[in-house]
Amino acid sequence: MTENDKLLNDVTNSDYKWGFVTEIEQVEFEKGLNENIIRKISKIKDEPDWMLEFRLKAFRHWLTLEEPKWPKVKYPKVDFQDIRYYAAPKNKPKLDSLDEVDPELLKTFEKLGIPLEEQKLLSNVAVDAVFDSVSVATTFKETLNEKGIIFGSISEAIRNHPELVKKYLGSVVPYTDNYYAALNSAVFSDGSFVYIPKGVRCPMELSTYFRINAMETGQFERTLIVADEGAYVSYLEGCTAPQRDENQLHAAVVELIAEDFAEIKYSTVQNWYPGDKEGKGGIYNFVTKRGIAHKNSKISWTQVETGSAVTWKYPSCILKGDNSIGEFYSIAVTNNYQQADTGTKMIHIGKNTRSTIVSKGISAGFSDNSYRGLVKVAKSAEGARNFSQCDSMLMGDKCGAHTFPYIEVDNNSATVEHEATTSKVSEDQIFYLNQRGLSTEDAVNMIVNGFCKEVFRVLPMEFAVEAQKLLEISLEGSVG
Amino acid sequence: MLSIKNLKAKVEEKDILKGLNLIVNPGEVHAIMGPNGSGKSTLANVLAGNPNYEIIDGEVEFCGKNLIEMSPEDRAREGVFLAFQYPIEIPGITNSTFLKTAIDEIRKYRQQEEMSPKEFISLIKEKAAILEMDNSLISRSVNEGFSGGEKKRNEILQLLMLNPKLAILDETDSGLDIDALKIVSKGVNAFKSKENATILITHYQRLLDYIIPDFVHVLYKGRIIKSGGKELALELEAKGYDWVKELAEDEE
Repeated sequence: MTENDKLLNDVTNSDYKWGFVTEIEQVEFEKGLNENIIRKISKIKDEPDWMLEFRLKAFRHWLTLEEPKWPKVKYPKVDFQDIRYYAAPKNKPKLDSLDEVDPELLKTFEKLGIPLEEQKLLSNVAVDAVFDSVSVATTFKETLNEKGIIFGSISEAIRNHPELVKKYLGSVVPYTDNYYAALNSAVFSDGSFVYIPKGVRCPMELSTYFRINAMETGQFERTLIVADEGAYVSYLEGCTAPQRDENQLHAAVVELIAEDFAEIKYSTVQNWYPGDKEGKGGIYNFVTKRGIAHKNSKISWTQVETGSAVTWKYPSCILKGDNSIGEFYSIAVTNNYQQADTGTKMIHIGKNTRSTIVSKGISAGFSDNSYRGLVKVAKSAEGARNFSQCDSMLMGDKCGAHTFPYIEVDNNSATVEHEATTSKVSEDQIFYLNQRGLSTEDAVNMIVNGFCKEVFRVLPMEFAVEAQKLLEISLEGSVG
Repeated sequence: MLSIKNLKAKVEEKDILKGLNLIVNPGEVHAIMGPNGSGKSTLANVLAGNPNYEIIDGEVEFCGKNLIEMSPEDRAREGVFLAFQYPIEIPGITNSTFLKTAIDEIRKYRQQEEMSPKEFISLIKEKAAILEMDNSLISRSVNEGFSGGEKKRNEILQLLMLNPKLAILDETDSGLDIDALKIVSKGVNAFKSKENATILITHYQRLLDYIIPDFVHVLYKGRIIKSGGKELALELEAKGYDWVKELAEDEE
């Protein structure tokens, strides 16, 4: 067991979670969305007035908006009055033992090598009693405290660090940004907050794993990460195991702020329930992720997206400061009837700003996989450079792969390169690998791994291994 | 080791092999020659289990087992190796990862332990040296950006690494200059032993100057119409295929 696994194991065995959960579990709001509900959310979270104001403004703005129609995805209209905005994430039935869990799900856990206690947690089985009175989570927090790093739920941060939250919340993704960002701003239930002080290098990879409660916030998650001048942080979001969440709609907002000379590396593995083989059920994942990079700073987004029925997600960088760097590395896999419309926006404002986009889309079954990206070079962005590479791989002939690159350049000293390829997993490749002793499944995995190599290389080590396994599971049975 | 009886096979609805018989024993090298379209590559692909080829009739026994019933990967694991006429590119996967995976898959099938990385590295270095292959080719993606000659050499490297019982070389000499031909032949000769066998499929006699066959067979219209020793190849080189074709047609 690696150190991280051990920490993880210990955390899942601690009472940290329960203390947090019980107090809100008794509360259940009626379905529907109105100002009264928003006031209730704010009240129950004991929020200051400015936070309530923020929510209400967002809500009033949301009422004036319409759902975006431009993504290349189709899904039935969401009835926003039919959602429970507070207790909904807690609605999963509690189970007594793993015996009651869907055996398919357990098989997947096994393949991913998820520890037993964590399996229970993920499938909502009550986790057994405490092992150690001083939980590892607390020890972990102490280490961070010594360095002045703040890492906790955003609700805590609103109460304990209002000056920071006030300064940064909505500064990168204002509630006016888009339909789902407005909705999230109005009703977000919880999420993570990270602050790394000036010149501090966060000594460990921060992960939502360590904050169990964040996993329970589900639907409208709000994450805010601030790296102050010269600070560094690597943040891992999500979970490689499939979460059978009953919530249909997930509309999260993530904001990153990299002050001068700071660096933020944000890695995601998204594996929400994709629906069944016939395309029934599954999560709608409508996420707004954006970072602002100040002078000489760097923001890297790395994502492995294999879950959700519908994904709509464009982690972006505003390269405001001179010499700032933005990176986007993505693997998006769709199988069966999944639909993904994902990509990035790189907005070059500062001089000599650089951005790199590497997108790998894999479509199988009857799925549809689109890359949508914008590279914008403002007039002020003297000497800006971008390199984009968008590769699509098709499995079978019932799926689709699409690329929508938008390039807007207003400064003629800029260099923008775009490369795109589409390939198929060919029978010849599979036979070649078969002839060297590999099964067809292993052959497909090898071909896919080779295709995704540039992205795997930049994933944090532990994520990379799990991500590879996840890809294997997602594409299982996609080549007959 | 290999016994083929009355093998009939078709590809894309076209009958290619029309009753082929062949027996290969351990320690032997068989050359299969013949004009274009006679079914040489079909034979190689059918033996390896290429799903695009359909067997209509006949029996193929390999080391006492029915080869036809096996999946392509199981044939490979049992010890059938095909050096491809047109080796395939696998982008993003290094030659060494590919070979290590293949070796371990085969070992797993034989209930052997995985090869240790140390053993693997010394083995690949040894084999690459025989083929005068640059180490950089080992860490490059499988066949990607390789020249024609490098691809063929890479096939022989795989042959040496996997060390099968039966090697089928499908036109491995095509597209090679004389220096590359010598190197590839050196590799095949290094592979040869009393326990294994080789089937060389070729158009040209020149390969047989470097890899001496025990038997030469002429394949024509899907059947072996003449077999002989290595001198048959020289005779074919001198006289062409017409005289054997006539012999065959006379028989019909």
